[in-house]
Amino acid sequence: MDALLLSRIQFGANISFHILFPSINVALAWVLLFFKLRYNATGNEAWHDAYRFWVKVFALTFGLGVVSGITMSFQFGTNWPGFMETVGNIAGPLLAYEVLTAFFLEAAFLGIMLFGMSRVPGWLHTLATFLVAFGTLMSAFWILVLNSWMQTPAGFEMRDGVAFATDWSQIIFNPSMPYRIAHMLLASAMTASFLIIGLSAYRWIKGDRSAELRTTLRFAVTMAAVLIPVQIIAGDQHGLNTLEHQPQKIAAMEGNWETATHVPMLLFAIPDEKERRNLFEIGIPDGASLILRHDPAGEVPGLDDYIAEDGTVLHPPVAPVFFSFRIMVGTGVLMLAVSWAGVFFLRRKRGETRWHAENLPGWLVYVMVPMGFSGWLATLAGWYTTEIGRQPWLVDGVLKTHDAVGELAPTMVLSTLLIYLAIYVILLGAYVSVLFYLAGKAARGDHVPHSPKAAPLPAE
Amino acid sequence: MLDLFGDPNIWLPLTFAALLGVAILVYVVLDGFDLGVGLLFPFADDAEKDRMVASIGPFWDANETWLVLAIGLLLVAFPPANSIILNVLYLPVALMLVGLILRGVAFEFRVKAPARWKPLWNFAFFWGSLQAALCQGFMLGLYIMGLKVTPVHLGFACLTAGALAVGYSLIGACWLVFKMDGHLQFKAVRWARHGIWGAVIGMGAISIASPLVSPRIFEKWFTLPDMVWLAPLPLMSLACLVVLWLSLRELPRSDHKWDWVPFISVTGLNVLAFSGMAYSFYPYIVPEKLTIYEAASAPESLIIILVGALFVLPVIIAYSALSYYVFGGKATALRYD
Repeated sequence: MDALLLSRIQFGANISFHILFPSINVALAWVLLFFKLRYNATGNEAWHDAYRFWVKVFALTFGLGVVSGITMSFQFGTNWPGFMETVGNIAGPLLAYEVLTAFFLEAAFLGIMLFGMSRVPGWLHTLATFLVAFGTLMSAFWILVLNSWMQTPAGFEMRDGVAFATDWSQIIFNPSMPYRIAHMLLASAMTASFLIIGLSAYRWIKGDRSAELRTTLRFAVTMAAVLIPVQIIAGDQHGLNTLEHQPQKIAAMEGNWETATHVPMLLFAIPDEKERRNLFEIGIPDGASLILRHDPAGEVPGLDDYIAEDGTVLHPPVAPVFFSFRIMVGTGVLMLAVSWAGVFFLRRKRGETRWHAENLPGWLVYVMVPMGFSGWLATLAGWYTTEIGRQPWLVDGVLKTHDAVGELAPTMVLSTLLIYLAIYVILLGAYVSVLFYLAGKAARGDHVPHSPKAAPLPAE
Repeated sequence: MLDLFGDPNIWLPLTFAALLGVAILVYVVLDGFDLGVGLLFPFADDAEKDRMVASIGPFWDANETWLVLAIGLLLVAFPPANSIILNVLYLPVALMLVGLILRGVAFEFRVKAPARWKPLWNFAFFWGSLQAALCQGFMLGLYIMGLKVTPVHLGFACLTAGALAVGYSLIGACWLVFKMDGHLQFKAVRWARHGIWGAVIGMGAISIASPLVSPRIFEKWFTLPDMVWLAPLPLMSLACLVVLWLSLRELPRSDHKWDWVPFISVTGLNVLAFSGMAYSFYPYIVPEKLTIYEAASAPESLIIILVGALFVLPVIIAYSALSYYVFGGKATALRYD
């Protein structure tokens, strides 16, 4: 393997590992603020207990997000020098603003948010929670602005092979930015709500019947059920935006080789790039045309249009984009089914009251546990769709990925890649097992000392 | 706006070099104390370890953000320098990151994972801190040697690696003197006394080696009249060392009035040593190869960052100060409620 492929795998591994944690925390921070505000407003201990349990998950997740994020900031220089050398004048300020407006804000107020409850006035603790949530949002905003600019660059000019900014409002509000941000923030909300659903279901199975658990479970199921239709609309709009600006990506997502009308929506196929056709196609007639053009006779772009005259392939590798798109959509459909089933059963009157967690059938509770990580799967699959779908470009139409990679010995990249992978596997295992350990401990009832005089737990 | 202070191709790179320098310096002092606390872990018992972590728990995250800011400034303001430096330092950078990952997650895992795993995460905390400190010192050594990879230069880099690790543990020990009381403070004073020697050897080695490696640096320091203007730097460093040594001889005291002195003097020592190094290398950002003026990004981009930085940095300093105020005084156990 060459340094290019290894560097790509390494970047992919780093960013995939990193995104797991912000995708939970960007939304979880706001959920915690909600818990805190509900407690302030009602004085109901259930909200307070919910805050105290989930803030631990938040802290753990934050720690992993921070350290994996530091790795990211070095990757540009170690493996992709061509990126900053070509588009640094645009990427640089965006990254700088992320560090300045988001990272410090989160990091400074995280301490007060986590450990300050008994040290600062209540309003300051609520404010700290808000500022941490705001910081995570700012961080997501700036990095998604940069990513969107790489997908749909605007507001710049090329001089001697280097990009120079001409209009910062066009750079920030580039064509795909609003869609990508909406889609990603909703993805984070889904990931966080399903994590809450999953761990709460696990606690339920372990016999936890606390008011806190009932409240959070009801809250998370409702949140997921309400937001998933919104996410479907946002995803559809994002797809139409991609069709306009990166049609080759859409062609790969649909597995469509020739530009045509009445294109079917493929439920399954195996794209064969050598023969340039699909094997084992199963599709819904006119489906893709209908979704993309809202018209059965709509024209859908084909991959064959993206072969340069000298034979250079200018479209992304088809199979990974095709399959990861289907994994994302399939997982989304499952999430829709589970959250709506949850609301349906919770609302159904059985016994004395509606909205009682006892109303959930046992099988659904068991399904909810593994679905706790469905947000990760959908988010990762979505990112693979959009990022592999950007290939062979690093910055669409401006810089090719293979022109940005640094001159490194493949063995060197391979050795660091293996080290990173080993660490990530260990940490992911530790993270998931500690989540369940914390949930199990909470289910046994020894997580929240209600009395303020309870013995201090060192740094827990 | 751009030519506010004369030629933007001069003052902007200079400003960003200064910002970069400040970011690195703040990082070294701040993460220095929390990496240092990690390095001292093996000498503490279990209860002491909890208190030591409690003294850095609310801060470490913001401290490491200065590293992200530093590498970010290098990346966005001097992209070609970033590429050259990180290409040569590829392996130590990766190993440092692994170290930072290990110790960063250990903060959380050591108290949240089942108790039987705690010794393992304690070890990860120590090991990660050690690996990060050694790699940073190694990179510092190679940088001083002009980023050339020969056996002699690697040997020097190994020396600075050890020296920086001892230096960090000195900062960490001084931090603990400041934040602890009782027996742990007594122990921290002892650790700090031992650490002084490492700092002296490390700073001495760098002060002797840099002018020997580069005739340019030699000339900057050892020609008249510059030598006279520069004399306060080594003299004040010496003064800091003396204050550090004397204060550690007097501490711990029962009134706790002077507990901050060692940390402040070791910080002063850092600031002076760093200023000396910055002076040596200016105007180069890649030693003897690339100046800050050659490596800088377009003025249009730098000014955008600068305007934001001027607004945001005071705010960052203000809320960092708030955090240190909230968690001021002697460290007590950290609790979520």
